[in-house]
Amino acid sequence: MTQFLQATINGIAVGSIYALLALGFVIIYKSTQVLSFAQQGLTVLGAFWVVYFSNVLDLNFWIALPLALILSAAVGIGIERVMLRPMVGKPVFSVAILTIGLNIVLLVIAFDLIGVNIRSLGDPWGLKSISIGDLTISHKDLATIVTAAIVVSILLAFFRFSRFGLAMRAVAADQEVALAQGVRVTRVNAAAWAIAAVLATLAGVFLGAGTGLAPAVGTRAIRALPAAVIGGLDSIAGAIVGGLLIGLIEAYMVTYQSEYLGFLGANFASVVAWVLMFLVLLVRPSGLFGTVEVERV
Amino acid sequence: MRGRPGLITDYRRDMAIFRTNTQLAWFVVMAIGLVLIGLRMSADVALLGATAAVAAVGAIGLNLVTGWAGQVSLGHAFFLGLGAFTAAVLNGDPDGRLVGYGLEMWVWLPAAGLVAAAAGLLAAPLAFRLRGLYLAFVTLGLVFIGDHFFRELRSWTGGQGVGRPAAEPVLFGFELGRDGEVFGIFLQAEQKFYFFGLLVLLVMAFLAKNLVRSRIGRAFAAVRDRDIAAEIIGVSLTRYKMIAFAISSFYAGIAGALIWMFIGFVEPTSFNILLSIQYVAMVLIGGVATISGSIMGAVFITFLSKMVDKLSGFIPFISEAPTGGFLTKFQVEEMLFGALIIGFLILEPLGLYGLWIRVRNYFKAWPFSY
Repeated sequence: MTQFLQATINGIAVGSIYALLALGFVIIYKSTQVLSFAQQGLTVLGAFWVVYFSNVLDLNFWIALPLALILSAAVGIGIERVMLRPMVGKPVFSVAILTIGLNIVLLVIAFDLIGVNIRSLGDPWGLKSISIGDLTISHKDLATIVTAAIVVSILLAFFRFSRFGLAMRAVAADQEVALAQGVRVTRVNAAAWAIAAVLATLAGVFLGAGTGLAPAVGTRAIRALPAAVIGGLDSIAGAIVGGLLIGLIEAYMVTYQSEYLGFLGANFASVVAWVLMFLVLLVRPSGLFGTVEVERV
Repeated sequence: MRGRPGLITDYRRDMAIFRTNTQLAWFVVMAIGLVLIGLRMSADVALLGATAAVAAVGAIGLNLVTGWAGQVSLGHAFFLGLGAFTAAVLNGDPDGRLVGYGLEMWVWLPAAGLVAAAAGLLAAPLAFRLRGLYLAFVTLGLVFIGDHFFRELRSWTGGQGVGRPAAEPVLFGFELGRDGEVFGIFLQAEQKFYFFGLLVLLVMAFLAKNLVRSRIGRAFAAVRDRDIAAEIIGVSLTRYKMIAFAISSFYAGIAGALIWMFIGFVEPTSFNILLSIQYVAMVLIGGVATISGSIMGAVFITFLSKMVDKLSGFIPFISEAPTGGFLTKFQVEEMLFGALIIGFLILEPLGLYGLWIRVRNYFKAWPFSY
């Protein structure tokens, strides 16, 4: 039972990271109809900015983090302006391939900046943990869950209550109508990329906290893609559910798979997200909460 | 039609493999040229040519499913890997450390294609349910899952970082992998690979060309252009998507088996998303839904990798070692692929084939601009 609870807590912590990444993905998709494969690159690059400010420039983590978030937002806006805006109206697949190319470029830049060594983020959580009964909860996991919950609530409130959030929802509902109503669609698109980049940076920070920034951060960030697909590409709630679902199932796999499903090979947890995506899509082709595509003749 | 070769008045002639005598003549000239060049090639150029020819087979496979049938696939690396490992396992030493059956090439080469095709059939049901982008994700998932099993099934694949020897290049007792005389002409092993690769490409390209101008090819195009309309005029989506995936995977399996036969060694981590993107790049750069385009794309990408390799010695900020320096050659290669894909998508969606058409039309219409 303890083992199960422990796995659940770990799963929720990792799941909230996936949820943050998947959320960025969905926000970009909803407002710009672009499938962004570049979230992985943004994650690693974003985490690197934190390393840069806290380690290289020797700033306090709490100053480094906001600086890194601002810089990431700027990178997001820059990417949208330079690479995505010329592609408006081009076939969806072309733009998706473009973001794969973009991802490669971002990763190359990021890993080159990082260098060969594992770099510490200078985060205050480290490897400390608290114990409740037999359970061990690391400070990092607690911080992840709390931060993710706060960020997601702020975002939802922003979409629900603010004027600009309304504009973003309008663009998501129908870009042309929004344009006709005087919504500045270009600004909304830029904001979507900025938000996604900020979310990716946060995810990168929590993925790298404690253990440090290594290529493993990038390989884990990819698994937010199946999370977004499982939830449905255009559903905010779906992204959160999908992220948590994948986090949980990965944690359970890590705990139990060697015992019960050993024939699948060690490390199966790292691909279980994709298997889950297959199963969900076979039953529900638009994901759990995605808008079902209606075919009109 | 004498004197007016450009005038085509019936469907049969429009769909012919060589629409004009000029095309046929150029094809023959090119074939003879390739053979003559092959006889004088140095070993590493010949090996590169062989790899390009076989990669073209794989690119044609991807073009069949993506270009003709319109089903976006990022999973080509998985099928290439399946082909390479099937060949290696069937050909492997029966008494060795790893599973092996010691079979001949005439068994393992078709088997590599068939096993990949079977996997393609298994993946196809997802394609009936899904369209467009969701399908891209699913095929991407195939690569990750395939990668995992290639790493973990150690008794078959040798495992991560270890790998196993690839299938041996012996066909009916004829040693492709050794220098020796063929019809009284001395050939190096690499030259034998080159001619063998060309032969395979010729056969597979003609098969594909005939496929796409048959009923099946027209059905593919109908599914691609408007799937609902295709279904209404009686094209079974399920059936043709299955055929497309199976045939495409068959081509990938053959290509995978042969490419790694040339390399001589298979390592499980080679079959990642970057390999898939390389093939997508071949198709997009070469030209979507053209056989000759796929070949051009494959040759272009294969030689490009080699050129980056060579150039890295001369350009100061590119280092040849896997790490260090401002950029490594692998990084330059990756960025170049990305940039090329983006450039062609924006500037010339028809790819190299489109460029060629433009050049040709310019000279056809000369001295008028269009």
